[in-house]
Amino acid sequence: MRQLCKGNVAIVKAAITAGCRSYYGYPITPASEIAEYAALLIPQVGGTFLQAESEVAAINMVYGASSAGQRVMTGSSGPGLSLMQEGISYLAGAELPAVVVDVVRGGPGLGNIAPEQSDYFAVVKGGGHGNYRNIVLAPASVQDMYELTILAFELADKYRNPAVILTDGFVGQMMEPLEIEEREVKQPEKPWAVKGTAETRKNLITSIQLSADQLELHVRHLEAKYKECEKNEARYETYMADDAEILLVGYGIVSRVLRSTVDIARQHGMKLGLFRPISLWPYPSKALADTAKKCSKVMVVELSTGQMLEDVKLALNGTKPVDFYSRVGGNVPSAEEVHAEIFARMEALV
Amino acid sequence: MSEYQVAQQKSPVFYDRYFRKDELQHQTHYCPGCGHGVAHKLIGEALAELGLQDRAIIVSPVGCSVFAYYYFDTGNVQAAHGRAPAVATALRRSNPESIVVSYQGDGDLAAIGTAEIIHAANRGENITVIFINNSIYGMTGGQMAPTTLIGQTSTTSPWGRRANNEGFPIHMAELLSALEAPVYIERVSLGDNKNILKARKAVRKALELQKQGAGFSMVEILSPCPTILKMDPVVARKFVNETLTKQFPLGVFRDRKPEITVVNPPQRSVAEVLGIKKETATAEEKAARKAFTHDVTMKIAGFGGQGVLLMGQLIAEMGMREHMEVSWLPSYGPEMRSGSAHCHVTLSHERIGSPLITKPQVLVAMNEISLRKFAPQMAQGGLILYNRDKVPEDFTLEGARVVCVPASEIADQIGSAKVANVVMLGALLEETECLPVETAWGVIKSFVKNEKLLAFNKEALEAGRKYVDEKVLVGACCQPDGCGY
Ligand SMILES: Cc1ncc(C[n+]2csc(CCOP(=O)(O)OP(=O)(O)O)c2C)c(N)n1
Repeated sequence: MRQLCKGNVAIVKAAITAGCRSYYGYPITPASEIAEYAALLIPQVGGTFLQAESEVAAINMVYGASSAGQRVMTGSSGPGLSLMQEGISYLAGAELPAVVVDVVRGGPGLGNIAPEQSDYFAVVKGGGHGNYRNIVLAPASVQDMYELTILAFELADKYRNPAVILTDGFVGQMMEPLEIEEREVKQPEKPWAVKGTAETRKNLITSIQLSADQLELHVRHLEAKYKECEKNEARYETYMADDAEILLVGYGIVSRVLRSTVDIARQHGMKLGLFRPISLWPYPSKALADTAKKCSKVMVVELSTGQMLEDVKLALNGTKPVDFYSRVGGNVPSAEEVHAEIFARMEALV
Repeated sequence: MSEYQVAQQKSPVFYDRYFRKDELQHQTHYCPGCGHGVAHKLIGEALAELGLQDRAIIVSPVGCSVFAYYYFDTGNVQAAHGRAPAVATALRRSNPESIVVSYQGDGDLAAIGTAEIIHAANRGENITVIFINNSIYGMTGGQMAPTTLIGQTSTTSPWGRRANNEGFPIHMAELLSALEAPVYIERVSLGDNKNILKARKAVRKALELQKQGAGFSMVEILSPCPTILKMDPVVARKFVNETLTKQFPLGVFRDRKPEITVVNPPQRSVAEVLGIKKETATAEEKAARKAFTHDVTMKIAGFGGQGVLLMGQLIAEMGMREHMEVSWLPSYGPEMRSGSAHCHVTLSHERIGSPLITKPQVLVAMNEISLRKFAPQMAQGGLILYNRDKVPEDFTLEGARVVCVPASEIADQIGSAKVANVVMLGALLEETECLPVETAWGVIKSFVKNEKLLAFNKEALEAGRKYVDEKVLVGACCQPDGCGY
């Protein structure tokens, strides 16, 4: 069935569908509905919701719940995410699965509450300390919020690693029809969890490895796991990319805008196409390089001063010119605006 | 070994061998005379006596006791600096049968983790905190702790702790005892054997209370740190008993159960909570409905409180029930608090690209500010519905039609200013024919539960349609009176 649903609410519904019965969080606009709906819904299916005293406490509660074998989630936005970074590093170091949602708002500092994509570095490149990666998924619709959150729980468990839903104020606040059915979601056994039982008494959750050799061994183990994840989990979609002269690249809300830009441009006889990364880590580098092969130019559009841009350049490795257009501060470009910009830049070349 | 008579066994809660270092499998990493080893022993013995070994989870902190898990043959979780109470909170809530011990030093608990300990105590978490107060940072080599005494030197208080610079030593047992929820808080000392026996009892009592599910308990243990304090173990013990206890008096600070009224949320099935209902329409029925709807992009704007966001949601819901693709995007946050609000609504038979509408085909302007602000954005041939009987004298616009519908006035006549948005909805449906009016009524019925308000809504929807039918002339374009040619 379809129900009209807000992006942030879809995340909570997905969590419940995925069997998550533990939510620990702290309010922040524009992510607060996630905490509010988790508070309303999760206890009604027998789960735990707790408003922590800070994001620092919240992510450490997530660490505790994950240690205990629970599927667990928290949600926040920029300033709160900065506070969680230490905890996320501990989760990765201790190989604990968890889902963290970042509904990105404008920064740095208090910034504002309007949409930006400026947490890309912090989330995709790992804003915490040490050699680790987050699995990062970027929804662009309410349905995506639902599906990718369920996927995030699955991938987090599969790789025993934190997975982040990186979204923004627009996708979070937007309402769209959500196709939702009761579904069976399998949860893996977690024989490593610490549950306070005779069977799990031998278990230990820790991220400390005192000797250089021990820690190197551990970091290499994580590295191998991340390589495996890179091999299997890169996700993307394309729109009219086959014959595109200019390939637009954008994720999240921007990919929606760019889809409309492609339509407008094609009405004017300009062959644009779209490449939308769905997983930001692992980045679909190979697919992007392949898709870009036939085009003459790639243009990245981002709500940041050029963060994902670096991954696009790495993926293309100098094989194509990469142009960049950005809006920040909470301004989201319209499809017409991007189209006009591309047109103006082409004019400038003539 | 056979010539020895073993009078007291090692607690079975400890491993037989400690694998932290290959060469030191029978000894801990603690310095000679350190209090941590004694405190571990008290916990181990209490867990064994109470039969809690299988159920126990020790949360090791950051500090000298970071390696507690090498010794305790229990479930073990190592936590970030200061966060053990948060980790313990979730461990205990995830498995209510577990017995969770948050073991923390004074830097861990009383400095970096102050927020976590206070709030875990305040929530009455069913955990036991063992708080080792040695008045100094041990692991990092002797920096000042929040419990360091006035005048006591450390590597970061080279002239001794000065109240004018670092403030006074912090009293955690007293501080937490000011809260409602904790059931048991005692401060004990490891300064001599008599006190160690008292400490033993306190640790046991705290764990017993947790076993009963009584609530939050903490034992603050004044503990010697001879290496860092540069004292021999005997002097360090004496320092604890004679000097530390003067600043941190021993005793029971809390021993009572608070009155708690338990409120449990209702329990429902997953399908109920997710709002999942059976789908009835077939693909043919859905396709057939296409004839009654058409694509449109809209912006709906006005003052907060005029129901513009809700009006957008009603339209989006209608579109969805007519099997269209729809999107609704609100303005949000402080922008709304300043008094104005707007939303973008798209109805389409195709997958929707950008939900952000910059060239609306329809604008609903519930006030003059919105009319002036958004009218210049209109798509060629667009339609503006304006909440007045005429547009302002100086207002002109090319390329779009303005239909004036005094929705607020009509709503007032009906008897509820609240339904102005529904008057406008009626007008919009009549004018654009983008959706069937019966669908609107169906949606309103599922949104509005109050009978009286529902009656007002019905009247409003009709009034809006009728006004457009009767009062607005066909082909009306933008003239000050709102309906000239
Ligand atoms: C976020 C963070 N800051 C600082 C440290 C460094 N650090 C490790 S242990 C410690 C002090 C611990 O002192 P205390 O809690 O008194 O325990 P003790 O070592 O005396 O047993 C500090 C500051 C850290 N590990 N993490």
